Amino acid sequence: MNAIAAVEPDTSRRHGLVLRDVSLQHGDGPDLVRALDEVNLTVAPGEFTAVVGPSGAGKSSLLAVAGGLTRPTAGTVLVAGHDLTAGGQRARAALRREHIGFVFQSGNLLPALTARDQVRLPLQFASGGRRGRRDPRDLLAEVGMAEKADRRPHQLSGGERQRVGIARALVTEPRLLLVDEPTAALDRARSHEVVRLLAREAKQRRVAVVMVTHDHDVLEHCDTVYEMVDGRLSRHG
Amino acid sequence: MFLALRELAFARTRFGLMGAVIALIAVLMVMLSGLSVGLVNDGVSGLQKLPVTAFAFEKHVQHDAAFSRSVVDDDAVRAWRERPDVAAATPYGNSLVNARSDGGVEIDLALFGVEPDSFLAPPVSQGSRLSTPDGIVVSTTAVTAGLRVGDTVTLDRIGTRLTVVGVTTGQHTFGHVDVAFVPLDTWQRIKAGVGPGGVLPDRATRESTAVALRAKPGRTLDLAAGDAAAGTESLTLEQSYGASPGYTAESTTLRLIQGFLYAISALVAGAFFAVWVIQRKHEVAILRAMGAPAGWVLRDALVQALILMVGAVAVGAAVGVGLGAFITGGGVPFALSAPDIAAAAAGLILLGLVGAAVAVARVVSVEPATALGGNR
Ligand SMILES: Nc1ncnc2c1ncn2[C@@H]1O[C@H](COP(=O)(O)OP(=O)(O)OP(=O)(O)O)[C@@H](O)[C@H]1O
Ligand SMILES: [Mg+2]
Repeated sequence: MNAIAAVEPDTSRRHGLVLRDVSLQHGDGPDLVRALDEVNLTVAPGEFTAVVGPSGAGKSSLLAVAGGLTRPTAGTVLVAGHDLTAGGQRARAALRREHIGFVFQSGNLLPALTARDQVRLPLQFASGGRRGRRDPRDLLAEVGMAEKADRRPHQLSGGERQRVGIARALVTEPRLLLVDEPTAALDRARSHEVVRLLAREAKQRRVAVVMVTHDHDVLEHCDTVYEMVDGRLSRHG
Repeated sequence: MFLALRELAFARTRFGLMGAVIALIAVLMVMLSGLSVGLVNDGVSGLQKLPVTAFAFEKHVQHDAAFSRSVVDDDAVRAWRERPDVAAATPYGNSLVNARSDGGVEIDLALFGVEPDSFLAPPVSQGSRLSTPDGIVVSTTAVTAGLRVGDTVTLDRIGTRLTVVGVTTGQHTFGHVDVAFVPLDTWQRIKAGVGPGGVLPDRATRESTAVALRAKPGRTLDLAAGDAAAGTESLTLEQSYGASPGYTAESTTLRLIQGFLYAISALVAGAFFAVWVIQRKHEVAILRAMGAPAGWVLRDALVQALILMVGAVAVGAAVGVGLGAFITGGGVPFALSAPDIAAAAAGLILLGLVGAAVAVARVVSVEPATALGGNR
């Protein structure tokens, strides 16, 4: 995998995620949309960052680019010192399974799998552990789902699904956790529980976390809050 | 395998229904194969069992009616005997007659006129071999139809009386009619329509339908050169099947049905997996976002398809074989052949997999970014 060259070792050690002058455009001519407009962002290991902003501002685009799902039109994305914009599809997929965890809206669990198997799934295609993988059983206990490890998604509540989704994202010991609207389907109490869990994991495991949310209630658990408007990112007052 | 097995178990109703459809197609496949083999047996088993490499017919004979139209004479037999690659050449007569036994059994017979001391004379499982002029050796299927060793049959119109002296080993039929081997001299009289007491024209004593040829061991016959020397037109044994009445049309029809069944099964399996995989599109996007290699997703889905296809085809083939065993021996020409069934099953599984692979390959390239957002 020589496509995944480690660059700037200093930055890589200090930072979980670095976005440098990142732009993402969709379409061209009159249809041109600047989903991301020269975004700069640094998230240190253990730092819990939130991004808020109106619908269509580019928040999901930010996560897609930071997670190597989409290649930006311009700029550089570094995750744990690896340049996500350097390689092709295959190299980005490899970086995702090694270094990045995703927590999707309402969990996005696979309907056929029990909670335990959801968490075991990423280990099936992870390349056998550069770092130690975490024990799915311990992880489920940690997110408070040990009792319900044999249940399938349709037998779980929204908050429980979200906890399983978080356990699934953490099982490969990622350096970067990207979270898209984790509380969209949850009530206040559940929302706080889930975000508190994320904050705790970020600290304990020294994971850089970027969470996109509409929910201003939960921002109190975050270290840094950014606001996104029309593809531009700025520090939230 | 991780996901494939769990999904099979989770969506068992859906996969079960699909499996049932594939199994039914497999049942049909086995039945069709049984009918094809049965039909081939019924149409040409009498030819298949002759120890013949090729037949030399009259020049320019119509190929699909060669056995009824062709006439060759002794000169052709002699010319073929002199060929260096021919181990044996002997006259062979073929004609269809209606007969009635003394016991009142009405039966159609395909008379194979052979010289009793030639390589064409059949071995027998009951009674004795060909020898007396009016003695015939009949197919085992004629015994099923009611003939016994010792019975006398009378040919319609010319009134020739023949006695059953022996029974062949196994089924010998030609154009769905039981074969009766008869000495060539007698065959020539019957062919010429000369009844008891009549006089056979001299020319007819030298004529037969074709020259039956057997190649020397390890040699292939040079048919073109032989034909040129003997003034004949020869067909290999397999080619001569097409000259059996109705054989070509029947086997073409069955092959066509079989072809359609293959096409349908490929479409059904392909369509099922296409729908299934499209429903899973969002899941595949999640897997890809998590970094699952495309090969992993593809392999997992193909294993799923393979398990479904193999399971369903095995069940269907077993049911088909069971049903076939039930039918075999009844009025319908039906015979099961293990290699044919295995080939049909393998073809079915392969086509199902191709259908699944096409469906999955298209979805694997889904944009992983679609896993973000979208409340599912
Ligand atoms: N594939 C695409 N093609 C064209 N335009 C796109 C595409 N994906 C996103 N966009 C546009 O890019 C902009 C940013 O979209 P994005 O999904 O990042 O917004 P968002 O902040 O996540 O919104 P929401 O809060 O509603 O989820 C929007 O104007 C959207 O219409
Ligand atoms: Mg969004």
